[in-house]
Parts: sequence; C-alpha cells; structure tokens
Amino acid sequence: MNAFDESAINKFKSYFLIFCFTLVIVALGYVFGMIYGGGNQSIIIFFMIIAFIISVIIALISFYMGDKAALSMSKAYPANRRDHAHYINSVEGLAIAAQIPTPKIYILPDEAINAFSTGRDPKNASIAVTEGALKKLNRVELEGVIAHEMGHIKNYDMRLMTITVILVGLIVLLSDFFIRGMIFGGGRDDNRELNPIFLIIGIVLAILAPIIAQLIQLAISRKREYAADAEGAILGRNPEALASALKKIKKDGLETKHASKATAHMYFSNPLKKGFWNNLSSTHPPIEERIRRLEAM
Amino acid sequence: MGPIILGIIIVIAIIVLYLIIAYNRFVVLKNRIDNAWSQIDVQLKRRFDLIPNLIETVKGYAKHEKKVFTEVTAARTAMMSANTMQEKAKANTQLSNTLKSLFAVAEDYPKLQANQNFMMLQEELSGTESKIAYARQAYNDSVLSYNNGTEKFPGSVVAGMFSFKQREFFKTDETEKAPIKVKFE
Repeated sequence: MNAFDESAINKFKSYFLIFCFTLVIVALGYVFGMIYGGGNQSIIIFFMIIAFIISVIIALISFYMGDKAALSMSKAYPANRRDHAHYINSVEGLAIAAQIPTPKIYILPDEAINAFSTGRDPKNASIAVTEGALKKLNRVELEGVIAHEMGHIKNYDMRLMTITVILVGLIVLLSDFFIRGMIFGGGRDDNRELNPIFLIIGIVLAILAPIIAQLIQLAISRKREYAADAEGAILGRNPEALASALKKIKKDGLETKHASKATAHMYFSNPLKKGFWNNLSSTHPPIEERIRRLEAM
Repeated sequence: MGPIILGIIIVIAIIVLYLIIAYNRFVVLKNRIDNAWSQIDVQLKRRFDLIPNLIETVKGYAKHEKKVFTEVTAARTAMMSANTMQEKAKANTQLSNTLKSLFAVAEDYPKLQANQNFMMLQEELSGTESKIAYARQAYNDSVLSYNNGTEKFPGSVVAGMFSFKQREFFKTDETEKAPIKVKFE
C-alpha cells in the first residue's frame, strides 16, 4: 500500500468517525431528553439541538485554533536559521520528500527528548522538537524523529485525532451532565410517569459511552503512531535512525513538561510518566514494540 | 425493453465514471512528477548559487589549492549547460564529487574550519545536498507509481487512450536508498 492511499483512507476514517460519534451523541441526547423531558417532544428536540450546537462550536474552535493553543500551551518558540540550521534544513528536506509545503518550525523549552506536530492540514501544519532532542540526538536520529512527525502531517493524523478528541470529549461531557442531573436534580414529579426501561438505558449509556469512546480514541491514537513510524521510514529511508532515537528516549526516561492528558496524543513518544494507569490508558504503543517493528523493516 | 436499456445505461455510466476517475488519477500523478522535478531544479539552482561564495571564502585561507577550485568551477559550468535530465543527473554527481574534494582540502586549514561564514556555507551546502537527494527520491517515487499505473490493467487501457506515456527516472551513480516496503496494518 503506498502512502498516498494511507492519507485518503485517513480522510475517509475522519468522516466515518464523525458519523458514528454523531449517532452516539444524538442517541444520548434522545435518551436524556426522554428522561428529563418525560417524553415531551419539544424538550427532546431542544436537548438534541443543544448537543449538536455544542459539538459544532467546540469542533470549529479546536479545528481552527487547536494548533495555536497547542503551541502556546507547550511554550514553543520559533527556530531561527542561525542557530538551528541543521534542524530547519532537515524539516525542509523531509517536506520535499513528503511533497508537502514546509511546516512552521518550532522548538520546545524542555530537556526531555520529544517532538510533536499539529495543524488541521499540511498547508497549516507546525512541527516542534524539544531542546533536549536537538542536544541529545545525533543528526540522523533527529531526521528520523522529524520524518515520523512529517508522516503524521502528510497522513492528516492531526485532523483525525483532533476530531476524535472533540467527539469523545463531547460524549464524556453529555454523560457527565446526565449523571449530575440524576444526582442533583432527581425527584421531579414528571419522572414518575417515565418508563423505567428508559432510565436504565440512560444510566447504562451514560456509564458505558464515555468509557468505550475513550478506548476507541486510544486505539486510534496507538494505530496512528505505528503508521507514522512506517511513513517516517518511507520518507527518511532510515528506520534504524528512528529506532535508535526511540532507544535514546527510553534510556533518557525524562518526563516532558507542559504535556498533559489533553495533549499527550500529539507527541512523538508518550510524554507522561509510566505507571499502571498511564500504561493502561496510553495514547502511544509500547516503545519496545515500536523499536521491534522498525528494526524488522 | 425497459430493463435491458436501463442495464445498458448503468453499464455505460459505470465505464464513463471509471474513465473520469482514472484520467484524473493520472493527471494528479503526472502533476506530482512535474512538481517533484521543479523541486530538484530549485535545489540544484540553490547549490549553484552557493558555490561562488564558498570558493571565495576558501580562497581567503587556501589560495594555492588552485586545482580543486578549477575543478569545482568547471563542474559548476557543466551544470549550467546541462539541459536534459540525464545530463543534469551526470553534472550533479560530478559537482557533488568535486565539492567533496574541496571540503576534504579545507580540513587541512584549521583557521578556515573555525570561520563562521565557512561553517554556515558548509551546513547550507550539505543541507542542500540532502534536499536534492530527497527531491530525487520524491521524483523517482512519483515516477514509479505513475509508471506502475500506466502498466497495470485496466489503467493501461486508459493510459493508452489518452496517451499517458511512461516517464524517465532520475538516475545517478550514487548509491540510491531503496524504497522501503512497509505494511500499514
């Protein structure tokens, strides 16, 4: 399969994802409307419209401003040609290899070895690596990391992940809304007439939907990391360099500052500390498995 | 009568739809080749422009290394007069080799090595060199997928109908990094 197909498949997946999650959101809106509105049509429609408007607004904001927010949250500053000629040249070279415009080039003030890319499409993309990566990785390893990020940009991964995060967030929000309503706003008279089956469906949905949505999000994220490693190997023609960079990160073992659960999925390697819960809910596949796959290429 | 005509219309519609999609796909692939080629040209030009500056800087420290200067200048001139792809590829390899010997000579002059301007030029030239390699890789990858498209059935029929001809690879003597076969699943 060539890389062009990969980005086409990804675009299709984005639309499919939006479709599926929209169904879930509308279903949530409907069930919650039934419970709180007691079967009253106009209240149900009101709930669904509210859910829809919230999702559209959040989607638009994060679609158009998500990259700027991510860059400012991580305290990124632009690279200059005087001090970072090799870094800039590598990004420009790999953009040529990927046949996309050169992304905006940033540096993150952080000693850990890491990198991320962001932006809704290749025309509006940014790439950032940490000071630690510039210092500790050799030239080919740095190129390997940049090639991986270029793979994300070329394949429209940021669009897919941004959309996923928003939709999952919305499902979590709606479910939270519902459960809080059950606890604090319960005991209204019109609830009495409601079919108890709806109440049970509502509770089950409110508990299960966010968990399943988050698991789907994590599965997608991990899959995109493998794909970006593969794409990076195709672009840079040097999977060993990427594997060697991953080994250095593993040995280094530093935690990336300014990274949180909200932004973890964007990074080259998992920026968060290892722990039972973080491993279970990781946005990245295990580093050993990534190295193994790269070395097998 | 009805269903047969309907069937014929559907079949024709499917064929026409396929022709449109396949035609557009070839156009996209062809444009990608042209785009990659212009990238190669841009980078070759960039390197071409950097060389006089480099020679001037090195001359300031290593005046008597005349042989290597004339070689680089000659290769640069050959690059300028190259027109076809094969000529350009050949001149490019020649220029890379002479530049390599220039930088080898420069290693004997520690003062030159410490010169800020020289260091910047060296970084820029090696950056441009690797950009040429990446551009060539993109070009050859694009030619490969285009040529594959014109050979495989049923794309080959469409290619024949609209005369999408096979394109030439940008070959060099340098050892080419082979495309990496990767499975995405």
